[in-house]
Amino acid sequence: MAEATAAAAHAQGLWTDAWQRLRRSRAAIVAATLLLLVIVLAIAGPWLSAYTVEQVDWSQATLATPPSLENGHWFGTDANGRDLFVRVWIGTRMSLLVALLSTLVSVAVGVAWGATAGYLGGRVDDWMMRFVDVLYALPYMFFVIILTVVFGRSLVLIFLAIGAVGWLTMARIVRGQALALRNREFVEAAIALGLPTSTIIARHIVPNVLGTVIVYATLTVPQVILFESFLSFLGLGVQEPLTSLGRLVAEGALEMESSPWLLLVPSAVLATILLCLNFLGDGLRDALDPRQRA
Amino acid sequence: MTVPMTTTTTPANLLEVRDLGVRFATAQGTVQAVEDVSIAMRAGECLAIVGESGSGKSQLLLACLGLLAANGTARGSVRFGGVELLGADERTLNAVRGTGIALLPQDPLSSLTPHLRIETLLTEGLLDRGLATRAQARQRALRALGEVGIDDPEARLRQYSHELSGGMRQRVALATALMCEPRLLFADEPTTALDVSVQARVLELLAGVRDRGLGVLIITHDLGVVAGLADRVAVMYAGRIVETATTAELFRAPCHPYTAALLAAVPRLDDGAQSRLPGIAGDPPQPTMRFPGCAFAPRCEFALDECSAQRPELRTVGVSGSAAAGTVACYRPLHAAAAGEAAP
Repeated sequence: MAEATAAAAHAQGLWTDAWQRLRRSRAAIVAATLLLLVIVLAIAGPWLSAYTVEQVDWSQATLATPPSLENGHWFGTDANGRDLFVRVWIGTRMSLLVALLSTLVSVAVGVAWGATAGYLGGRVDDWMMRFVDVLYALPYMFFVIILTVVFGRSLVLIFLAIGAVGWLTMARIVRGQALALRNREFVEAAIALGLPTSTIIARHIVPNVLGTVIVYATLTVPQVILFESFLSFLGLGVQEPLTSLGRLVAEGALEMESSPWLLLVPSAVLATILLCLNFLGDGLRDALDPRQRA
Repeated sequence: MTVPMTTTTTPANLLEVRDLGVRFATAQGTVQAVEDVSIAMRAGECLAIVGESGSGKSQLLLACLGLLAANGTARGSVRFGGVELLGADERTLNAVRGTGIALLPQDPLSSLTPHLRIETLLTEGLLDRGLATRAQARQRALRALGEVGIDDPEARLRQYSHELSGGMRQRVALATALMCEPRLLFADEPTTALDVSVQARVLELLAGVRDRGLGVLIITHDLGVVAGLADRVAVMYAGRIVETATTAELFRAPCHPYTAALLAAVPRLDDGAQSRLPGIAGDPPQPTMRFPGCAFAPRCEFALDECSAQRPELRTVGVSGSAAAGTVACYRPLHAAAAGEAAP
């Protein structure tokens, strides 16, 4: 029995190993800790404050009050007198959620599509990639607008819409890598072992492209966050009184001269998230390559 | 055109290749890599295919397993245990690959998937077919590693291929090939990428595999490898078999001038006086070149006029039907008289 559990632990090899190596990279650990802190604040932050997202604080002398510890507006208030601390964490919550789900969608679909097309090659590859080309050629804003008109405005739709656009590039990247990998000798050895195509793709091809996928995924996250704020700006995304980091930054930029904290605070949170993701992505890429000696 | 190596076609033949032709469509035109090759192997037999680079010997193996590159096509027939493999669907092929015929690849480093542990590589064939539980497969993997002489197999299972030495990788590759208990092992130049001392060890292991009753089809350009291992030898030149013989006969009395030249080019320790090895004049033919006659004729010192005009067919030499009988495709075989062949 003990043997069986030991064997089961080995099956997780790639990930346990990656974790061991990741722990040795200081930058990645610092980034992960900071990111975790941001996530915790995004979840718990709004409860720490006495105010809510939509509540206007009429008790202050001006609507836009600078950050202060005395009145409980730790990050100040916006031009409408709403507490920025609460709004920033609610916005972070929304941005992270959109980023996470959309990236998951684009990674899952993109990797599966790209790896299959690249590995099978030939006519299947041609058709699969032409389909991607066609989707690329569609003006995606138009696509998103049609989706919203048909299905009504909802958060799920935003995730789907952004994911639907994001996987195209991912599929192209993965397909290129899979195309190069399928002629490698270890793939030939796997075929000669009699493994079915699906197993070869999942076990021998996909883990090989994960490094690239993760780096690209960490690059997608900022794009997704910005794209979401663009959608919201057009009135297709997150709506008031809910908000997102992208929206907060856009609104803060308008008030930059009179109330700079409205721009600085959400920008700082956004920058922290993006930097942390980049460091973490870098660390993960190294950790996922067993040839790396850390 | 077909001359079966064994006297008749019997179901006892584990592998039967008939009139196999492999061609590739390339930008430079069609390349005929293998032409009219017929071989037959009984269970437990060790056959060596010898030839220089580009003689088509590797493509012959790949064609049997349905592993040709996308631009390659094979015709003829390849039967394993009575099942036709050429043109068979993936399901039929996958039923034979690994469990019927296992492939020992040429370069063990590039053939072991870099991001997978040795344990995964060894056990996936069994686990994927549901032939064993994870614990059973692990036991089998430990035993297989022990059989190929790897110390501390427990620790090796947790390692990756790049953490092992060259010889160890080749042994792991061999253990992987043997995991599903195949009936036939295809060894594609198994010693080429290794240094001499490791080569000797791998050959010993292959001899052990052969002695366990597994058929071995070994491909090599090294006649030294053949000598200690193979029961029979087939010599390939420019995509065709030019001579087949038992190993002993081939070394004693090579019939084809090409075989003789190959043998003469093997360095010998007991031949101190001769400091220069005799080479074979000229270059191997380009794969796109076609010959109406014998492909070796331009380099052959015994070539007759008819050699370049019409291709010699494989004919039986030696006492027909006897164990020592071989075949040669030559108008002027060297030792034909000595081998007791009545010239037609």
